[in-house]
This record gives sequence, C-alpha cells and structure tokens, in this order.
Amino acid sequence: MSHADDLPLIFERSRAGRIGYRFPPSDVGPAGAAGLPAGMYRERAIGLPAVSEIDVVRHYTNLSRRSYGVDLGFYPLGSCTMKYNPKIDEDVAHLPGFAAVHPLQPEEGLQGILALLHDLTARLCAITAMDWGTLQPFAGAHGEFTGMKLFRAYFARRGESGRTKILVPDSAHGTNPASAHLAGFEVVELRSSRDGVVSLAEIAPHLDERLAGIMLTNPNTLGLFEPEILEISRRVHAAGGLLYYDGANLNAVMGRARPGDMGFDVVHLNLHKTFGTPHGGGGPGAGPVLVKEELRPFLPTPDIVARDGRFALDSDRPYSIGRVAGFFGNVGILIRAYAYLLALGGDGLAAASDRAVLNANYLKERLKGLFDLPYDSLCKHELVLSARLLKEKYGVTALDVAKRLLDYGIYPPTIYFPLVVPEALMIEPTESESQEGLDAFVDIMREIVRDARENPALLREAPTRTPVRRVDEVLAARRPIVRWRPNLPET
Amino acid sequence: MTHPYLPHTQGEIASMLQAIGAPSIDALFADIPSSIRERGGIALASGLSEFEVERRLRELSEANSVDRLSFLGCGCYDHIIPAIVGHIVGRSEFATAYTPYQAEISQGLLQAIFEFQTMICELTGLDVSNASLYDGATAAAEACAMGLAVQRGADTILYAATLHPHTQRVLATSFADRGIRLLAIPEEEGAASLHQLQPLLDKRVGAVVVQSPNLYGYLEDYGGFAEAVHEAGALFVVSANPMSLGVVRSPAEWGADLAVGDTQVFGFPPTLGGANAGYIAAAEALLRKMPGRIVGQTVDGEGRRAFVLTLQAREQHIRRERATSNICTNQALIALGNAVYLAAVGDGGFRAVCDLNLEKSHYLFSRLTGEMGLAPYAGRPFFNEFTLRLPRPAREVLSRMEQAGIYGGVAQERLRPGSDPRLLTIAVTEKRTREELDRYVAALEEALR
Repeated sequence: MSHADDLPLIFERSRAGRIGYRFPPSDVGPAGAAGLPAGMYRERAIGLPAVSEIDVVRHYTNLSRRSYGVDLGFYPLGSCTMKYNPKIDEDVAHLPGFAAVHPLQPEEGLQGILALLHDLTARLCAITAMDWGTLQPFAGAHGEFTGMKLFRAYFARRGESGRTKILVPDSAHGTNPASAHLAGFEVVELRSSRDGVVSLAEIAPHLDERLAGIMLTNPNTLGLFEPEILEISRRVHAAGGLLYYDGANLNAVMGRARPGDMGFDVVHLNLHKTFGTPHGGGGPGAGPVLVKEELRPFLPTPDIVARDGRFALDSDRPYSIGRVAGFFGNVGILIRAYAYLLALGGDGLAAASDRAVLNANYLKERLKGLFDLPYDSLCKHELVLSARLLKEKYGVTALDVAKRLLDYGIYPPTIYFPLVVPEALMIEPTESESQEGLDAFVDIMREIVRDARENPALLREAPTRTPVRRVDEVLAARRPIVRWRPNLPET
Repeated sequence: MTHPYLPHTQGEIASMLQAIGAPSIDALFADIPSSIRERGGIALASGLSEFEVERRLRELSEANSVDRLSFLGCGCYDHIIPAIVGHIVGRSEFATAYTPYQAEISQGLLQAIFEFQTMICELTGLDVSNASLYDGATAAAEACAMGLAVQRGADTILYAATLHPHTQRVLATSFADRGIRLLAIPEEEGAASLHQLQPLLDKRVGAVVVQSPNLYGYLEDYGGFAEAVHEAGALFVVSANPMSLGVVRSPAEWGADLAVGDTQVFGFPPTLGGANAGYIAAAEALLRKMPGRIVGQTVDGEGRRAFVLTLQAREQHIRRERATSNICTNQALIALGNAVYLAAVGDGGFRAVCDLNLEKSHYLFSRLTGEMGLAPYAGRPFFNEFTLRLPRPAREVLSRMEQAGIYGGVAQERLRPGSDPRLLTIAVTEKRTREELDRYVAALEEALR
C-alpha cells in the first residue's frame, strides 16, 4: 500500500476562498450587532477548513469506507450485542413530528412523544418484571451511576448511610466498579469460582450492616447464567442489601427469565445492545434504569405520568436523586428502540434471545476443538475462548488472532476480556446471523489456527489487507497528539 | 416464528440443535432455575409489520405540535441544518459501527473524531479535547470532578447561580451526597461577578463553573476570574454555547482551564433535547485527567499516519474503580455530525451564521424594548437569546401567543419554580425571518393588551 492511500485531514484539503455552505443573507441589517461591548468579541482566529460542498461529501464518504459496521458483515464483538439495526427505526426517528419537538414547549404540544416514552417505559418493565423507571441515562455506564445513586438515596432515607460496600465480581465490566466508586461506594471485588460464576462462599463474609448491595451481570460476561442467583438474592436481601442488574447481556434471556423475578431491585438496559439501536461508532446509546416499587420515589425527575388520558411531566418527587441529564436523554435512540419493540413484540423478543443463544452454543460446539474453552458448559448469548495454547505453542496471541480476522473482513471478538480468562476471545454472534454465516466464520477461524501452526508470522504481522497496518498504540500514548495543527512534525 | 430480522429457517434450527446435541431450544435454557423460567414470559402483543410500525410512529409524531413559530431556547436551539449532515451521519458504515477498538478497520471513524477534537480545540481556544461526552450538563459535572481530582484535599465546587438550572441539578445529583460542598456564586444583575466570586474562594475549592451565554442568554464578563480562581488553586470551567464562539470571546481568551457545552447546535434538530452531545476541551496539562475516549495520532507498522484510541490507562476498562470517569459509550455519531457541519460552514460560514444570530436577536430586542417599551431583565450584552421582565406573568402571555401560532419563549419560572413569573427568555436563531420577527412583535403586543 502506498502513501497515496493516506487520506488527508479535512484541514489539509482547505483552500482559501472555498465555501461548503451558504446561509441566507441578513434581512434585518447589521444595526443591532454593534451592541456587544468591545471586550466581548472574539479576537483569536478559528481554524475551520475552507472546503466546497463536494469536498466535504467526498471526504467523509471516503472516511466511511474506512469504517466497519454491522451492515457490512459479521460483528461478533462480545458483550456488545452487534445485532441488525432496522432501517425503519432510522426513518421514524427522523419524522418531523419528533425531530422538531423542543424540550421546553408546553406539555400540550408534547403529547405524542410523552405517550411514546411512557409506553416505552411500561414495555421495558414488562420485559424485566420491574415497576417503573427513567429513560434519562445516556448509556449503560450512566445507567449504572444512576442506579448506584438510587441505592444511596434509598439507604439514606432509611437512615442506613453506613451501608457503603458494593460487591462486584471480577468478571464484571469495568464500568461497574467505576460507577459504584463514582457514586461514593467502596468496591469489594468477588473472585469468580472455578466454574466462572459467583459463589455463595465468596459473598458470605460481606453480608453485614455495611453491605449496600451487589452488582451482577446475568448471564455474566463468560456467558454463564448464575446458578445460585435466587439464593444470592435471598441472602443479600436478608442482610439488608440490594441487587443491581447490569442489563448488558439481557439479549440472552428475553422471554426466558426476567431480572425482577431473579430478585433484582434496580436494572439498567442498553437499548443500543438488546433493542437494536445503532451503536453510532461509540454512541449515542441509551441506558434506561428500571426499579422495583420501593425505589420508585428516588427516580430522577421529571417523571412522565398519565392523568385522565393525557401525559404530564411531574417533578414533585421530594426524595428524587434529581436530574441525571440536561433534558430527557437520547430521545432519538429511545424512539428507535420503541419502533424495534413494536416490530418484534413479545414473541419476537423471545425468539431473538432463543436464536442468540442457539448461535452461541452452536459456535461453542464448532470452535471448541480449535481453541481452549475454559468453561465448557451450556452458554447463553456469548462464549469465551482462550488463545492460551496458541500462545504457548506458537507464540501467537489473542491480539494476533483478532488482527488476522481483520484481513478476512470480519470485526474481531472482544479480546482480553473478561479479565479472568487469559488470552480471552469473547464471541457474541447475536440472533442476526444465520447458520451459513456462522459456518463461514468457523472456516476462517480454522484457517487462522492452521496458519498459527504453520506460518505464525502471518498472524503476528496481520493485518495486511486493511487501509493501515497494525498501529503503534504505545507511541500514541507516549507522545499524545490529539488534535491537528498546521505545522505538526512528521510522525 | 419467522420475522424479517431473524434469518434462521426451521431446518437450520434443527440442524444446529443436532450439532449442539440439544433436543430443543428449551434445553439450552435448562441452566436457569425453573421457578424463574416459569414466570419469564413477556406479556406484550405480537410484533407489527414495518408498515404498521411506521403508521403507529407517524401517528404519535403527529400528536406533537411542531408547526408553531418557535422562539424556544434555553439549552436547545432550532438552527439551519445543511443537508449533507444527515446524509453523512446516516451512512451505515459509521452508524452501525461500534466504538473503534480495532483501529486498523476503523480509521475513517477515528480520523473523523480526531477532526472533531481539533475543531472543538479551535472553537474554545484550548489545547485538547475528547471524542465527546453525554451532554453539556454531565460534561460540566465531569469538569468539576477533574478540578476536585487536581486540587488535593478540595471538597468544594463553586457554580454560578446563572448556570442553566438543569446543569445545577445534574451537579447536585453528581456531588451532593458525596461530602462535596456545592456553593452558588450569587448573580449580580443577570450575571456572575468577580465581586461575588472572590469572598467564596479558598483552598477548599476544586472547581469554579460559570456559563456564558448564561441562563438568561446574557454574555458574562470574566475579567479577573481566571487569576482569582488560579490563585485559590482551583480550575476555571466555562460552559459555553459553542454556536456563540464564532463571534464571542472564547473560553481560552478568558483564561479558562476547561470548556464544556452542548453540540446539538451544530447540525442536529431539537428532538426533545435528545440529539445532542457534550463537548469538553482542556488545557494541555489536564490531558491525562480527561474523562472518556480520546483519539490520538500515531503511525502504523509501515510508518504511515494512523489514528487510534489512546491514553486508555485512564479508563474504566483498564483501571476499573480507579478510573478518571465511568464513561464508556459516548455520543460519537453526533460528534461526527458536528464535524461535518463545521467543515461545511468553515470559518466564513461560521462567522456569518453567528452574525445572523446576533443581528436577528438584536433586531427583535430593539423592537420590543424600543417602540414597545418592554423592560429587559438586565442591561447586559447577549448573543441570540435575551430575557425580558414583562408587566404580567410570562405563562399567561405565552399561552395567548400560542393561540396566534407562536411559541414565544421560555418562562424562567418553568426552569426555576419560584422565580419571578414575569421573566421571559426569547431565543432568535438565523432561521427566523424579519417577517416572522415582526409577527412576534404584533403577537406579543396583542397578548399584552
């Protein structure tokens, strides 16, 4: 690949005199603008590019060709649920009757969107066996933070502010301990059992008057359903604690198990995982939080309430934790998720989970001869393999396997997570893939393992067919360049 | 069941079950306790066809009022959106991608975010930025958390009483139950003042956060603020509507360490406030304290320029409970749209749209305060939004104007229950024509009659 393939930055395409957009001329004259006092004007120049409209379109269209989405192919990124994002959801989210709605217009003019958000909350509650919720949180981690704040408000109201410990398994997403810590809790890490799940013995020493609760992902990040969940729930509740459900993996169990029935008090969902909204290259997503009745008084304000066939915003919640968002969260994403729920219905959601689990177990059966499988039991929506043996025998790592997959035009699994598995490859096929798609993936993995044995350099040097070769992450962190400047030194 | 989103045929399901060695799909869920499974069903109706979904959503959308002439602002604005923004943001190579962990297959997205970061640095005048935060309010909370982290032993955040009330409430949610003191800098005639700030500053203060244009739309004068804040060892955080920065003094020119705000104004419609991202920009020295994803420039194995998510040692997936923030998913696609908007308008267009906002808002302001003789809330400069003190409650006036097909602004009382009910905040963007502004004057005259 030659230097000519390097795409210039939009700033490097700039040529003085070009414009990419023309605003209408002023029809009021400049008279009023003289009103700013001299010291209020900006003096520093702004370095935006001068490019024509076609320059902008070609630039970003070409950049899009160096990006990889679910619409292009298989995306088995574990824990991220990269399922199909229906196109009708995009269309309805852009309807003018939604797009032009202002958050501070009178409630009478918001009846359609409030009805949608109210019904979305109710439907999410039906799926999870919870009682009510908030749609404000912008993402899963934001939902976790909101949920932890609800825990704190609940204990404060009960005069139990001494409950400061949150138990988090070592297999949990990093956001769990980070969110609990930011909300003011002390995090106690639980070691996974040899079977990869939470053991009662591990939590027993922490069931005291300082226990605030436990955060669990179920099925967990190894794709395993917690077999002792009912007993964990009973004991944590008996000790005065609460249970938090990280809904990142809800796509495994819809129609089969509801967090509320497992004993969870607070749940967050990732609409951009389970409910088919696009990930957007890292957001926007949405992380609604649902609660059992006893935590309802603490939910963020405003609440959306139905009164006499109308919908209203209600901020009269004296025990509320307050706002967690400037307005109502990522409403565009909430609209998309609602359309997804309508399109699938109760039976469709259950079928989605059934097939996600079928796909994961099928891949597990077909791949376990090729890689080490640390936990060989029934899995749910994802499976975790280990490249440990490839590393020991041929010096090929999980990273090398991932980079080689890029040469086949497949987005690789999540690697080096969960932390409890060395050289982890975490694979989540989702329900969107057919058997032939999975078989093609297995064939590629087989070729990769063969190459690891016969020609390991091929993996260590991968990728070779992507627009750039393996990037130097160490250099990026050692000498950070996070913005363009006109005279940057050549790197 | 068959469904367009679910590709498996019954034959495939049978063949896959056979490969697994399971008698049925039910058997794949045998690890779930039966008492949970028995109740696990979802009591929701069956799915609708695409046609029916579209019809239902269209009905809901039409139950909203969007045909009024709008002068609503206070944190969410109705600006012109170049057609290309939606087309680029809608490209599914971007929209259906995940966070670009695998850099080699994600160079396009990474480069676009790098460009976004550069543009935010240019606008704010600061050195570094990130791939976006959730919104301006949560970005303000993140900035304050940085101040508390930088200033050892600090337990106090000072915020201007003229900060958007929703931002104030988000700060309260974030910090109030953690032993952090949140103290308001009292307003002086519609703005924060050095005079009110100084007595509150001491070594306990980690961050001072102010907003300009503020909750009334007024531009604040931060002369002397940065020196006073730095003297106390704290960080100076300015929340700014980035649309104003084409003409108004930038946070860096005021000596800010951090700038935050909402980017909806660059290419996204109001959408109930939900098509938005937060931006954050900082002085170079704060780079390693920044929350969230940061795209950095590096080289590939053959020495070519390449981009990658960098400084990940700050982040939750590496550092877990010791991370600088818990943020993971951000608002990348909005940031990308912001970059497309700013690239299209360029320096000249950005200056032009800022001037249009200034001119049109001042045209309306001078008609209302001049010939109509209405009183401004304070005699302060403004960008595209200003506040009047009406002779009677704003809510009453607004509902009369609505009968004339106009959303006439936001009653301050709506944002701050208990505040002066006569205060009305009016936003005027470049979309409003002179004819519409004249209609506003006539409607307000009628409503006040």
